[in-house]
Amino acid sequence: MTTETLIKNGKAAAALLAGGIGALTMGLMTTLSEAISSFGAALNWYKPAGPLSGKTTVAVIVWLVAWAVLGNQWKDKDVDFDKIAMIAVVLLLLGILGTFPPFFELFVSE
Amino acid sequence: MEITFRESWGVIHGLIFGALFLLAFSGGIVGLYSLRPEFLTAEGLKERMGRLKVWVGSMAAIVWATVISGTYIVYPWYRAKPPEGATDLSAYPRSLLLSMPNTAEWHKFGMEWKEHVAWVAPIAATVVAYVIAVYGQQLVKEPKIRKALMTFFVIAFVTAAIAGVLGAFITKAAPVH
Repeated sequence: MTTETLIKNGKAAAALLAGGIGALTMGLMTTLSEAISSFGAALNWYKPAGPLSGKTTVAVIVWLVAWAVLGNQWKDKDVDFDKIAMIAVVLLLLGILGTFPPFFELFVSE
Repeated sequence: MEITFRESWGVIHGLIFGALFLLAFSGGIVGLYSLRPEFLTAEGLKERMGRLKVWVGSMAAIVWATVISGTYIVYPWYRAKPPEGATDLSAYPRSLLLSMPNTAEWHKFGMEWKEHVAWVAPIAATVVAYVIAVYGQQLVKEPKIRKALMTFFVIAFVTAAIAGVLGAFITKAAPVH
């Protein structure tokens, strides 16, 4: 008779929540770049692509760091998956909202 | 019949990666949805899981290739500034769109949303591919994780589709030559 070892849900929860954080960061970078022109200019890391290069790089770095931290914390744990998955989806949707021009134009600096 | 170097990158970025992405999404979403104990035998599950990993892994890789090629290869051509006093803006799509009131919104709304929202897709798709790779056959017993993955997968598809559709319209209005 063999016993099956199940993987705890923490790894999945960490990946999902980090994904939500990454998407939210993308939305935040987009909106903040419009709201604070010097912030947008500071994200111009690769001139041919403009501030988009900085916004996307920051979002990817934040996503990967969040994933590494959460993944390390929760890898052997069972967590409240429903709650975390819900938060992750909300963050994902907020991130999309942050990239939506009619939304970020509300904050455009003169 | 002729296609320029820049146009060929536009085709690779939008059409080839786009078609492959759609194909990978279709296979992935069907595989993920049908990952239920009542649908599968042990043998069927093993076979299905291998295919699912390939579909979602391919989808994630394709979306990364799409956003990276878009941001760092095609987009710089799109946003290049014309020389002072230039009257022919056909080689400068962003400036061409902004020069006419009836096309300016293609940049202000279309391109602005496309270039940003597209980057949500690879993040969401990678999360799905990772969880499927790690949990494998255990997902059959994890309906909550499956449901969350399907939500992420659909959001990845929708964001990529928004970018793709806007890209097609923008290219029609002001192609990168």
